[in-house]
Amino acid sequence: MTVSDATATDSAIPEESLANVGLASQRELVWRKFTEHALALASGVVIILIYLVGIFAEFVAPRSPDFYDSSYTMLAPQQLKFWRTGEDGSTEFGMHVNGFSSQRDPNTLRRVFTLDENVVVPVGLFVKGAPYRLWGLIPSDIHLIGPLDPSQPFYLLGSDRLGRDVLSRLVHGTRVSTSIGLVGVAVSLVLGVILGGISGYFGGWIDNFIQRVIEFIMSVPTIPLWMGLAAAIPVTWSPVLVYFIITMIISLIGWTSLAREVRGRFMSWRNEPFVIAARLDGTSQMTIIGRHLVPGFVSHIIASVTLAIPAMIIAETSLSFLGIGLRPPVVSWGVLLQEAQNIRSLAEAPWLLAPGVLVIITVLALNFLGDGLRDAADPYT
Amino acid sequence: MHSQTNSQPQSQPLLSIRGLKTHFALREGLIRAVDGVDLDAHAGKTLCIVGESGSGKSMIARSILQIVPPPGRVSDGQMIFARDGRDPVDLAGLDPAGKPIRAVRGRDIAMIFQEPMNSLSPVHTVGDQLMEKILLHHRMSRHEAEERAAHALGRVGIPNPRQRLSTYPFELSGGMRQRVMIAMALACQPALLIADEPTTALDVTTQANILDLMAELQAETRMGMIFITHDLGVVAEIAHEVAVVYLGRVVERGSADAVFYNPQHPYTLALLASIPKLGARRERGQRLHSIKGMVPHPLNRPKGCPFNTRCPEARPGLCDATDPRTLEFETGHFVSCHMRDPAIVTRREEATV
Amino acid sequence: MTMPVETPLMQARDLKVHFPIKRGVLKRTVGHVRAVDGISLDIRAGETLSVVGESGCGKTTLGQALVRVLEPTQGSILYAGKGKAPADIAHLTETELRPYRSDIRMIFQDPFASLNPRRRVIDIVGESLRNFGVTDEREVETRVGEILRKVGLRPEYMARYPYAFSGGERQRIGIARALAVHPRLVVADECVSALDVSIQAQTLNLMQDLQEEFDLTYVFISHDLSVVEYISDRVAVMYAGRIVELSESEELFARPRHPYTAALLAAVPRPDPRGARERRRLRLTGEVADPANRPTGCAFHPRCPFATDRCRAEDPQLRAVDGRTVACHYAESLDLKGVNADAA
Repeated sequence: MTVSDATATDSAIPEESLANVGLASQRELVWRKFTEHALALASGVVIILIYLVGIFAEFVAPRSPDFYDSSYTMLAPQQLKFWRTGEDGSTEFGMHVNGFSSQRDPNTLRRVFTLDENVVVPVGLFVKGAPYRLWGLIPSDIHLIGPLDPSQPFYLLGSDRLGRDVLSRLVHGTRVSTSIGLVGVAVSLVLGVILGGISGYFGGWIDNFIQRVIEFIMSVPTIPLWMGLAAAIPVTWSPVLVYFIITMIISLIGWTSLAREVRGRFMSWRNEPFVIAARLDGTSQMTIIGRHLVPGFVSHIIASVTLAIPAMIIAETSLSFLGIGLRPPVVSWGVLLQEAQNIRSLAEAPWLLAPGVLVIITVLALNFLGDGLRDAADPYT
Repeated sequence: MHSQTNSQPQSQPLLSIRGLKTHFALREGLIRAVDGVDLDAHAGKTLCIVGESGSGKSMIARSILQIVPPPGRVSDGQMIFARDGRDPVDLAGLDPAGKPIRAVRGRDIAMIFQEPMNSLSPVHTVGDQLMEKILLHHRMSRHEAEERAAHALGRVGIPNPRQRLSTYPFELSGGMRQRVMIAMALACQPALLIADEPTTALDVTTQANILDLMAELQAETRMGMIFITHDLGVVAEIAHEVAVVYLGRVVERGSADAVFYNPQHPYTLALLASIPKLGARRERGQRLHSIKGMVPHPLNRPKGCPFNTRCPEARPGLCDATDPRTLEFETGHFVSCHMRDPAIVTRREEATV
Repeated sequence: MTMPVETPLMQARDLKVHFPIKRGVLKRTVGHVRAVDGISLDIRAGETLSVVGESGCGKTTLGQALVRVLEPTQGSILYAGKGKAPADIAHLTETELRPYRSDIRMIFQDPFASLNPRRRVIDIVGESLRNFGVTDEREVETRVGEILRKVGLRPEYMARYPYAFSGGERQRIGIARALAVHPRLVVADECVSALDVSIQAQTLNLMQDLQEEFDLTYVFISHDLSVVEYISDRVAVMYAGRIVELSESEELFARPRHPYTAALLAAVPRPDPRGARERRRLRLTGEVADPANRPTGCAFHPRCPFATDRCRAEDPQLRAVDGRTVACHYAESLDLKGVNADAA
């Protein structure tokens, strides 16, 4: 019997129907599905922008975070205007903000500044301002936006009680807060994947032990634990060291849920037919893990990580807000919010809440992004 | 109970489906899951809908009860349901979320599924679920409901029904669970029972028992039954009437005898030829007849007769261009095939002469 | 179909696979599920040996032990490899098993779960080739293309991912994967039960053609007796972890010797409405024996219509009756119906 002929007649595939189907890889499918998710896509753009701001903080901020001008305290945000009236009465393009004129309060004899429509502070993009070193390395004095004359007042988000620029501080705070989220998650990820992988792969008493440890850590109330650990940091330590330690403290909690997820996937996939098939193909254990198990849940892990960052950011913000996290002169969103801790500033200077708004935007965007990634992670359903 | 003559349909079918269409409007295109189906189900008789996966057989069942998953919906046709002593209703015209169809579901028409574990709640006892079902449609005391629940379990052959009322579904075997599902379906004395592959997940031995049970209960209650399966053996065991479906169309329907012993449609012929038959011992190396190709993707359905891409008799220019008519080949035996259409076949014969 | 006198390809002796049942916080072992409970079996080169039984009878576990997905709790599996002396592979470690992995292959039941969705067909089918010494990528490509053509798939499809294929096509990929390294023994676990009837026929035909071409030996695990009758040379019927009857397929279907075999045959629905109406069927009542809690005596006695006190007390051993092997005290005296008896 001629086998090849016989099987050929049984062959089921019409020539034309599947011309270009099925060539897209997992990664392409995930990307395709992700891009269908408009909200997640928009959130992704927002997150990228926020991280860009954090990365290029010195360049984006008009001033250094420590810059202050005691003449201009508690000023409301200035409005950025694009058209100005020339001396001859014609309207021409020119970015500017209105300056202030000072008067002395007849009762308290304090100098008060009122916005004066007639005073024009010209503003430019890529202006020369205070010199800085980008990432502490590259010297420059170009700022994305700023007054042409650095000595003139420029407060797009108002100023605080010391006359510091809220916008500049917010931009620098963004760097600290978002990087804590990222570094914290990276540490959790390493811990979670390694310990979860060991737990799920080896099983037995190792698994039992790691699971009990995870349960113990999860059962400890978070805020008191953080408070205890943070309070134990000596006041004499440098802000950078404190920053580092706080990150560690936060990620101590974060790894547990990741470890559980990794373990669960290892456990359930170890007996999947395609994994057994790979074993029967003579593939070694390590290759099975590297080639069959891990790629399968990378996308899931990216999604969980994205969803874990907001928790980290909120944790840092909460700790700093309570005064047990980062300490000035380091600026983070939590440190900034500390400024707005009293009724007076809330009533008189609501712009000090800007970091809070940014926290909400960031956390929401990360959550939407994470949801979109999680949905896309399984493109076959 | 198989001995009744089943070539002569009764005057008034219990459920008469005409031109039923259920479509799914997806972004990729329109899927015609059910595409102009005519069927009749009679009281006291079993109609088997048989087809491969993707034939739309389950969607026909779901369309009857208006439980098509979104974005699918019944978009055309009528389904006249005429229960004895009540006015006929057109189920196709009812709002899927409305009260009238909910009153029909469960009480007049009951449905059982392939995997009973998915339709039973794991956190409630069998008795609670049965009683809830009974109390939903009937006014009676809890005690009476419990009485009736125990009776229902006894009737489907579950030993010690009263004790079984307090067991949880996971404590039962697959066969027992399916019996519980049948008991629940029959608790409100429906006029029509729709069974979607109820025995597919079961062992042959259990399957035989469940099929016997269903036939017995039908003989007792005179209910109509629509039985959906892919297994022609099961069809032969239980069917009075058979409808063979392919890509959302009924290609052939008629009495079980007509379809098994005088099949007309090339698809029916091919299906019957492709199953290994017990007792028909092959010579070594003898091959099974197989249908070439596979069921086309629903988004890529062929023009004309849906089966033309795989049909050994298909005539180019005809079968792949125009839809075949449905003809009554003999009384109660309908076939949709150009090559069985006297108008076309005689013309061809004349042409070859 | 003459009986070969050469040594069997594989000999299983007193094979047992027990799974501990663990309860409580301390995970103490409170009992054992005796999934496979003392099976001895010869698999002859070139034959198709089917293993049938209800779910829970241990047929899948037996298959997994034979290909060494599982390590048997007890017993030996003697395998006579290509030109090698028979060796016991029952308790080898994963590394020691490696040389046998290309000889003994498996086709899986679920055509969806058994293919890694993240890998292309060439990687799935070629994995064993790469593992067993084909290092040249062009040769992998040629050989994958060759085997794909053999199973009726177009070689151009090797760059695709599994999601682009239907169930029947995926099962062909699964078969190609099993056969890529030219094995001798293939264990097929319910490999057509997830497929539509028309696709089932294509796949069965294909498996038979490939058996001839590659001189394969099949262990065909199935619950579908019509398919089993069609494809097998010999059939082993399992109940509660043991073989209750083993014989040439033709004889087993014509005249079963064990009441359980007869009951299984009687329960198979056949595409013959008139026959169904006339056939008096032997119905099995009760549940499949619990492999964690085996009944005394013959495990089948609670469901057997012929059971006597002897069956309740004394465990029947497998013995030769008329050239077949049956585990029933009354194998000689019972007159059981086969399938040809009532075939018109």
